[in-house]
Amino acid sequence: MTRVRRQNDRAFDRTVNAFLIAVLLATLIPLVYVVSVSLTPLGQTTSLLPRAVSFNAYEELLRQPALIRALGNSVFLTLSGVLISMILTVCTAYPLSRPDLPGRKFLTGVILFTFLFSAGLIPLYLVIRDLNLLNTYWALLLHGAVSVYNLLVMKNFFQNLPESLEEAAKIDGASDLQVLWHIVLPLSKPILLTIGLFYAVTQWNSFFEPVLYLSDARMMPLPVVLRDILTGLNSAEYVESAATTTAPRTP
Amino acid sequence: MTNVIRSAPPAARRSPRQRLLARLWRHRGLYLMLLPGLLWFALFRYWPLWNAQIAFKDFQPVQGVLNSPWVGLEHFQAFFSSFYFSQLMTNTLLISFAKLLIGLPPAIILAIAIHESTRKGLARVTQTVTYLPHFLSWVIVFGILLAMLSPGSGLVNKGVIAAGGDAVSFLTDPGAFRAVVIFSDIWKETGWSAILFLAALIGISPSLYEAAEVDGATRWQRIRHISLPGMLDVIVLVTLLRLGHILDAGFYQIYVLYSLPVYSVADVIDTWVYRQGIQNFQFSLATAVGLFKGLIGLLMIVIANRIARRFAGQGLY
Repeated sequence: MTRVRRQNDRAFDRTVNAFLIAVLLATLIPLVYVVSVSLTPLGQTTSLLPRAVSFNAYEELLRQPALIRALGNSVFLTLSGVLISMILTVCTAYPLSRPDLPGRKFLTGVILFTFLFSAGLIPLYLVIRDLNLLNTYWALLLHGAVSVYNLLVMKNFFQNLPESLEEAAKIDGASDLQVLWHIVLPLSKPILLTIGLFYAVTQWNSFFEPVLYLSDARMMPLPVVLRDILTGLNSAEYVESAATTTAPRTP
Repeated sequence: MTNVIRSAPPAARRSPRQRLLARLWRHRGLYLMLLPGLLWFALFRYWPLWNAQIAFKDFQPVQGVLNSPWVGLEHFQAFFSSFYFSQLMTNTLLISFAKLLIGLPPAIILAIAIHESTRKGLARVTQTVTYLPHFLSWVIVFGILLAMLSPGSGLVNKGVIAAGGDAVSFLTDPGAFRAVVIFSDIWKETGWSAILFLAALIGISPSLYEAAEVDGATRWQRIRHISLPGMLDVIVLVTLLRLGHILDAGFYQIYVLYSLPVYSVADVIDTWVYRQGIQNFQFSLATAVGLFKGLIGLLMIVIANRIARRFAGQGLY
């Protein structure tokens, strides 16, 4: 009886581990293949692991001023975007997390509503236009600066901090801003890093809004330039070699 | 304001109004802190709601939102009676439901497998690797898909040809495009959604498993009778919340992946709104369609939340 069960268990373990390895490979193979494509010397066909390695494609890439500029734009947008987003999110989440703030329920409701219902793309575009933010980086930094989801996560985190510390600081005469800066934020490092990472990834990956709000090609961030390269490839019915995946059409 | 405080009588004799003013004044620092955020919400979330009135107007950019003439429900009627209405709804709902129905089981199975694996190192590596694609942008995934699926040099098509088949142009073939949308979404997001289910599994009391083992339950029986019921609340919640977003078929993904040959099977409400509104300057019509989508979405979220509260004991809000 026990022997049968143990054998069953072993078969079960093998199944589970085989499944995990299969999932791992399914996730990794496309990633490995793309790296392999990029390292394959010009004119050779790519296999899953490259037979010969060449960094030609990367050298070519570093010689493209358009790409370097796009990279700089992306870095700038990500850094300043995270800064603006974090300041707005923290400064909104903290007061709303204070249980004794009059009107806190109402204000939270006002914010939550925008999470459930939005007017859509065009009305926001008109706002950006009417504020004269079209073709400025402010459009990209501001249109989605606060994520209601991140805001609520942060507010809940603040609410669960021990209240006595803040009360003690208050009694010692600290202002709200001092309490936030010296007591609350140092205790909130994990959540600040997580939310900051979310904002950074969103801003770094954004490719639709730049196309929507910017018209100057020199201002475009990396994902947009990358997309143009890829769709250029796409319309040319895909190209074999590795170098072409990295060489952009000159705009 | 300062005078109110200085001359305020002892607390017991203050009127309710004075007490409220005093409380507001005491929190002036916090309100000041709230100001930038509230201003942001007013400008970038509530002003668009005001602009949404152009759905009921014939918006002329020169006249502005307020002065454009009212036309009632004309744009809504135009949308509902147009030939693309059924196509857009079909594409949106089909892609959305397929992502939910085909995408959810792998995430649940992955979470169970990670939880059950006796090789903790393998489990941890799998978990980390599978949630990494979530952080890739759809542009990068598009590049990966080109490398994998292109008819000439794509890895998948090499396999197809080696097996004696004909190369498929997955990204431009209307017969294959939806499958690419659904499976690339699964590849990108399965590991990420598994985190929620894994959290639910970790929350199940180990004593339940021990008791089942003493009673002679096999591993499969433990999954069926302990793990799955333990995850049920989260599964119901995730399903209902996704139903609340059933008209969001994944704008960014489709916007990057689609092209003219596959519009008929790939065009969803959001991509259509973008093309008609921004590219063809049909601001009012596109806003009406966006508003329609927003209202259905709101309705679905409210219903889903009701059901989630009843079944899972908790909702989104």
